[in-house]
Formats: sequence, C-alpha cells, structure tokens
Amino acid sequence: MADVMNIQGHVRLGSNAGQSMTRRDGVLKVTGRATYAADNRPEGVLHAVTATAGIARGRVTHLDTAAAEAHPGVVKVYTPANRPDLAVSPDEKIHGFAWRTEALQDDTVRYAGQPIALVVAETLEAATEGSHLLAPRYDADTPRIGLDGGVPFQPETISIGRPPSLEVGDIDAARTGAARHFETVIETPAQYHNALEPHAITAQWTGDRLEIDTPNQAIGLAKQSFAAYLGVNPAHILIRSPFLGGGFGSKAILFGAQLLVALAAKDLDRPIKLALRRDQMYGPVGHRPATRQTLKLDVDTRGHIAALEHHTIAVASSFDDFIENASNASHSVYATTALRTTHAGIRADTGTPGPMRAPGEATGSAALEVAIDDAAYALGFDPLEFRLRNYAETDPATGMQFSSKALRECYAQAAEAFGWQDRPLEPGSMKQGRLLKGWGMGTAQFPCPMFQAAAHATLRADGSAVVETSAADMGQGAWTSLAQIAADGLGIDIDRLEFRSGQSNLPDAGVAGGSGHTATAGTALFNAGADTIRQLAELALNDPASPLFGADNAGVTARGGRLYRNDDDTRSEAYEDILARAGLDLLRGEGKGAREGEPERAMFSHGGVFAEVLVDPDLGQVRVSRLIGAFAAGRIVNPHLARSQLLGGMIWGIGFALQEEAIHDVRTGRFTNADLAGYHIPVNADVPMIEALTVHEDDPFVNSLGIKGVGELGVTGTVGAIANAVWHATGIRPKRFPIHPESLI
Amino acid sequence: MTQILNLTINGTSQDIPIDDPRATLLDVLRERIGLTGTKKGCDRGQCGACTVLIDGRRINSCLALALSYDGAEITTVEGLAQGELLHPVQAAFIEADGFQCGYCTPGQIMSAVALIAEGEAGLDPERVREGMSGNLCRCAAYAGITEAVLKATRAMNREDAA
Repeated sequence: MADVMNIQGHVRLGSNAGQSMTRRDGVLKVTGRATYAADNRPEGVLHAVTATAGIARGRVTHLDTAAAEAHPGVVKVYTPANRPDLAVSPDEKIHGFAWRTEALQDDTVRYAGQPIALVVAETLEAATEGSHLLAPRYDADTPRIGLDGGVPFQPETISIGRPPSLEVGDIDAARTGAARHFETVIETPAQYHNALEPHAITAQWTGDRLEIDTPNQAIGLAKQSFAAYLGVNPAHILIRSPFLGGGFGSKAILFGAQLLVALAAKDLDRPIKLALRRDQMYGPVGHRPATRQTLKLDVDTRGHIAALEHHTIAVASSFDDFIENASNASHSVYATTALRTTHAGIRADTGTPGPMRAPGEATGSAALEVAIDDAAYALGFDPLEFRLRNYAETDPATGMQFSSKALRECYAQAAEAFGWQDRPLEPGSMKQGRLLKGWGMGTAQFPCPMFQAAAHATLRADGSAVVETSAADMGQGAWTSLAQIAADGLGIDIDRLEFRSGQSNLPDAGVAGGSGHTATAGTALFNAGADTIRQLAELALNDPASPLFGADNAGVTARGGRLYRNDDDTRSEAYEDILARAGLDLLRGEGKGAREGEPERAMFSHGGVFAEVLVDPDLGQVRVSRLIGAFAAGRIVNPHLARSQLLGGMIWGIGFALQEEAIHDVRTGRFTNADLAGYHIPVNADVPMIEALTVHEDDPFVNSLGIKGVGELGVTGTVGAIANAVWHATGIRPKRFPIHPESLI
Repeated sequence: MTQILNLTINGTSQDIPIDDPRATLLDVLRERIGLTGTKKGCDRGQCGACTVLIDGRRINSCLALALSYDGAEITTVEGLAQGELLHPVQAAFIEADGFQCGYCTPGQIMSAVALIAEGEAGLDPERVREGMSGNLCRCAAYAGITEAVLKATRAMNREDAA
C-alpha cells in the first residue's frame, strides 16, 4: 500500500486549515434558524418546571401537590413519593465524569435551589404557577456556608481524579538559601458559568426508544449516562445537540432534572420540555467554587525563585468531592528549585462545583500572578524582567522539556503592542485626568490534553465527501474548524465537504472541554480522511488504466479532489474517476484521535497579557481601558475564530477580576444575587480596547496536527494582569477577587 | 377564556388565540406560534436575548405581557432577511464574528438594527458599546459585535446615499 500521507510527525495541512473563514453555521445563527434544545416543539409537548428548595440544608416535610394538580393545565406533579424508578441511584457515580445529582430520590435538601418536585403542565404558565402552589414546608438545619462556615476535609483527589499535592525538590533547603520570603493570601469567590442558554431538555419516547434534545458538551458520555440511570439500551437513545448556547463546562455533566423529564415523558407518554430558569442555574449545574490560596515565594539575591509553595483551600459540596485544582496553576509557569502544592476542602451546603472555563488554572493563575508581581516590585524588578528571569526552560513539575514554548515571543509582541517599555516601576505614578492609571501583566498558560475521538469519512461518487463525528459546537467554532481539518484530511475543498455532527448516533468525538476538542476530534477527522484517501490511492495504483498506476514507491499526494504522483505532478486523477472505474459509489474511512502512550514532553499553550486600568480615586471604580494579549498555541486552524475565543477568554478575565461573584446569605444559605442583574458579567461597555495576537508556533510533539487549544488560555494571565494594573494605579494589592471599589478607597 | 390577540409580525397580520393571559410576548412567539429565533436567556429583562422591535422600538419581549400589545407591529430576527438576502446587520455579524454560540445573537441583532435606526450612536465605538450593553454575550464577542454594528452602519449609510 502506498504511503499517501505520512501522518506521523508534523503534518503540513492543505488549503483549508490555517485560513480565516467565517462560521459555517453563521447564516443559521443570524437568522434565528439555528435550533437550540428549547426551540423544539414536538406535537403534543408538555412543559415541565422544577420546584426548588428555599432552604440549604434539611428535609422537605410537605408539598401541596393537591393545590398544584388542581390548577388548570397542570397534568402531574412528581415528588419523591411518586417518582418513577431509576435503574441506578442518581447518587451513584457511574463513571469518572459523573456528578451526584438530585432526581427526587428522597426528601433531603442539600443546597438552596435543589429540585424538590417536577410539575408538568399543558403550558409553561400553568407549570410555573403549579410549582409556586406547592408551597413547600421544611425541617431546616443550620446551613454551613463559605470558606469559614463549612467543615474542613482532606480530599483524596482533586479536579477529576488528580493527586491533591506535589512536592519537587527540597523546599526547606531551598528556602534557607534564599534572600527574601514573600507570602500572599488571596480569596476567590464562587462563580457561575451563566451560559446565555439556560440548560434545557426535550424528551420524547417512541416505544422503548428515547429521543432527547439537550445541549451537551460530551454527547457520547451523556448517552451512556442516560442509558445507565434510566436502564435503557444505549442503542435506543438518540441525543441531538446541534447547537449549544454556551457551555463553559456546565453542560458536560448530567443533572437530575434531565432524568426526571425523561421519566415523566415515559410515564405520561407525551413529549416534555424543560428549561431551567436563570436562578435555577445556581445550584444543580456546577460552578467554580470559592478558594483561599496561600502562596509562599522565596527568591535569591539575583531574583531567581528558589522555593514556590501554593496551597489552596476550596469549597466543595457536602455530598461530592470536586476540588478546584488551583495550586496546580503554579506547577509549570515559573522556574523554581523547589515546588510544593497542596489542596484542602471545605464541605458546605452548596451545589457541587465542577469545571468552569479554565478550571483551576484561572483561579490559581490569578493568585500566582499577583504573588509574582509582589515579589518583582519588592526586589526592584520590572514585572516582565522578573518573569523572564524566572522563565521555565523545562517544566518544573516534571523536569520534562516543553513540546514547544514561544512564551518569550508572546511577551515581546504583546509588550511591544502595549508600549510596556515606558512603564514606571513605582505605583501611583501615572494619571489620566483625575483618574489613576496603572499597567500590569500576567502570564497565560493552559495544558494541552487530548481525549478520545472517532470519526468517519465517506467519499462519494461525485468526489464530494461527508464526515461524521459527534462533536459539540458551543460557540468555539467546531463546525467550522473541524470541517477545515477534515477537508484537508480528504484533500478536497471545504465547499465539497458535508460535516455531520451534534448527535449521538455518530462516532463519539469525546468531550468539548479542556481546550482539547479541536486537537482530539480534529485528529480523528484528519485520520478518517487519510484512511479514505489511502484506500482510494490503492485502487488507483493497482489499476493499469489509471495515470497513477506504477507510482507505488514514489507515492501520491491528495489535493483539490485529485491524486497526484509525487514523482510527476502532471500525472493526476480525479477522485470521482477513480471511484467510477472501480465501480464504487462510496469509499469510507475511519479515524481515531487520542494521545498514544505517556507524554514525554510537557505540553502547554502560553501567552502574555498586558492590562491598563483607570481607577477613580474617589469612587474606587476600575475600568479596564486597554487589554492586549499575545498567545502561542501551536497550529491555529482558523485565526478569525481563534481570535474570538482568545478575546472571549480575556473578557472572562475582566469578569473574574472585577465583577463576578455569587453571594450567599450565610444565615439562609440562599443566594442574594442568583440572576444576571445581581451576578455581574462583563457587558459591551466594559470592554473598550482589547486585542489578541497569535504567535507562530510549530509543535511536532503535541499531536500529529500540531494543534494545542485556545478555549481557556485567555482567562489565565488576564486576571492577574488586571489586578497588577490596579496595584500599579493605586499601590493596593488585591486580597480577594473580584476587586471591590471600596477596597481601593 | 381564550382571547384573540392581533399582531402584525414581520409584516403579516395574525390573529393569535391566547389561552392564558399570563403569557408573555416572548412565550407567545416561541411556544404559541413557533417563532423560536427569539431567545429566552433570563426571563427577567436582564440579558436582552429576547429583544424584538415593537413599532420600531427595541424591547425585552420577556417583560411584555402579550395581551397588552394587541394591534402592535413586531419585528423579530426571522423578519430581517429578504429571502436569501441577509440584512446588512446580519451580514456584518457574520463577517466581524460578532457571535460564538449564537444564543444571544438574535437579540444582539435586533438591538443593533434599532440602535442604528435610532441614530444616536452613529460611528462612535464608545456610544455603540454603550448602546449595545443591554444585550449580554457570555461568549464575550463584544469586539466583534461593536465592529459589526459599525460595519452595518456604514453599509446602511451607503445604501441610503445611493
């Protein structure tokens, strides 16, 4: 068989990937024709609304189901007393990515906002009113809220199955030899994903077959989960998730109300639709938990870090074990002789936290960058010079070389674009009118994981192709960038490619998360295309009637829908002609995407972020007036869309630094701001001047396509850059996020 | 008691039986007559995803009781394009990548159409950002949104001049 495309090592992609293209789903999205889960209206659909707990801990002692069911239009009320059986308890963790959830398994309340009943009605209005009429009564216990109100515990794992601590080198020895010791304590609040699309599901049974429309970042896994909890053959479940109205981690995990809707749809033999209310998204669908982080930094006389410690205490729920892995953000950014990181947990009466855009990295980077800046100033270094002085040439956590690391170039390009060289060292040195002006910077870093993905590619008789993989496009642009990669795998123009995705009966593309989706699903698609072309070449090379016949040793190359002889570019043949002579209507290939074996290099995307803020000296109001980042993330498949991703991440950094915070009333355990008026996220006017540059980076090790990922990178670095700019304006080091105006006056 | 609500939606007059007087304009559009382009993000007037034009003015349809708009002229995102020809604001949103997940996009676009018609912001980016700040975008496509509004304003100014 001819070696058509060597997909080992670094692959030069063809004419599609690497180009800026607008979104393939753009027209659907600007015309209102993109169908999100709650847009489905199957014939005879009923509407469901969950009633949620008004206490944070205790038991529900009474629900007035009679009043609710008497309301016109209400069809049925489900409570723990009449909820149809599940095959597996929702408190059972059926796989590593399962969270314990509430599906009316008992009358316990474990956080405010937990579902305690499901009301199904002919209209949304009737279901909503029915949920109010339940007028729950409780046996309430005192809630345990926040970092200081909960019960400390030592987790066995953090994040998803990772070790809670790391020690490299001899911390005590390294500290003894260092000249200066710095200690920074920083708190970060609970934050909520707040995707603009509320979590929703439409479920419909036909006999023992279940069709589900729900936004999900990992459809294959979701199918397994629904099947396990409901006791249904996975082959009988079809999940459609063509469009997600944002996910950010909160739509990767199953939540109880989804199971309840499926159960009720079966019980009532009608399709049922449910969409969470905005306030109902502050509990059962994950969040970024509050942390208290302590950093200890020991630096020698030449400004080199000798010892770095990062300790995190993170709030967890009372019933599950997700711990924000914030300390790990210090593992691989700066060189140090010795490194120690730990994590501890606090059990509180809150919904279980989960991954939220740059989980661990965003939180930990925010604290690390402030600590670094503090040390730089105390030692008389420019913040950038200090970071360069502590540039990690190898990964401090593992000792491994980096697969690629163009961070120096990122710093240089962003600093140049920003005008950093004129920055005075002293805080409070710059003014703009009556406003205090400050400049700060931070380092962005995010790992490059790969998951498991599969894809099919089918070449059709006319030389066009269809590729299939159940990838999730939650706004990152998967439908476009993955199609670009797939077209190059097949050697055709993207206009000749049909991209099928977003439903569970296609090959599993794994999870859209961890900034690994493009790399993972992209590799699978590329390999599926290459597998197809390999078969096509075999047909041609063995056919004496083909102009490619006899090219065996030289091989052929696929481009523009034709195979070309490598030794004679004038001899080529169109795909459709090869198929026609072979009497084939279709030719199908398969591909997988995964990282093979244990990595031998440390793999990260990097960036440098520079911020300018203006602070009102009387009001303490902070405005980010300029934000410029430069990022190196391997091959950029679609620069137009990657820029949007990076800018979006940076703006999340603005929210983290200055706005986002879910506030618990510690007496009741209820939120005081569970809506978009009280929980502030950046609006357009909060983002005056922002730019994301990308720095060229070839990475022959990260995967065969050289793709890293840009989805989460922009959040890291940015939070610290803004905090450090605030310090530079005011001389006040933030001790907590978000930075409140009153802390600056 | 079912009441009849007359709305002219995207140029077509319709009598809509309203089975429940509590229904908001947003839920009538989405659940009663199937115009699901308009989105529900918060149901509290806080996010702008449900923005539609009523008699040319942008409003949050989630805060509008449907029956109080009898006789109104409503424009939704479905009413902007003429066949396959996109409205200049729609085209500019694609070109400037003024969205990612697309969920807030119908509201952003309706808001932008009205902002341009209001003529208050013109080509001043600062005023465009301010005028578009009632529409939240969690993907934070704000730079693209602002650029799209400015592009569309220029394109529509050219059309007017022609």
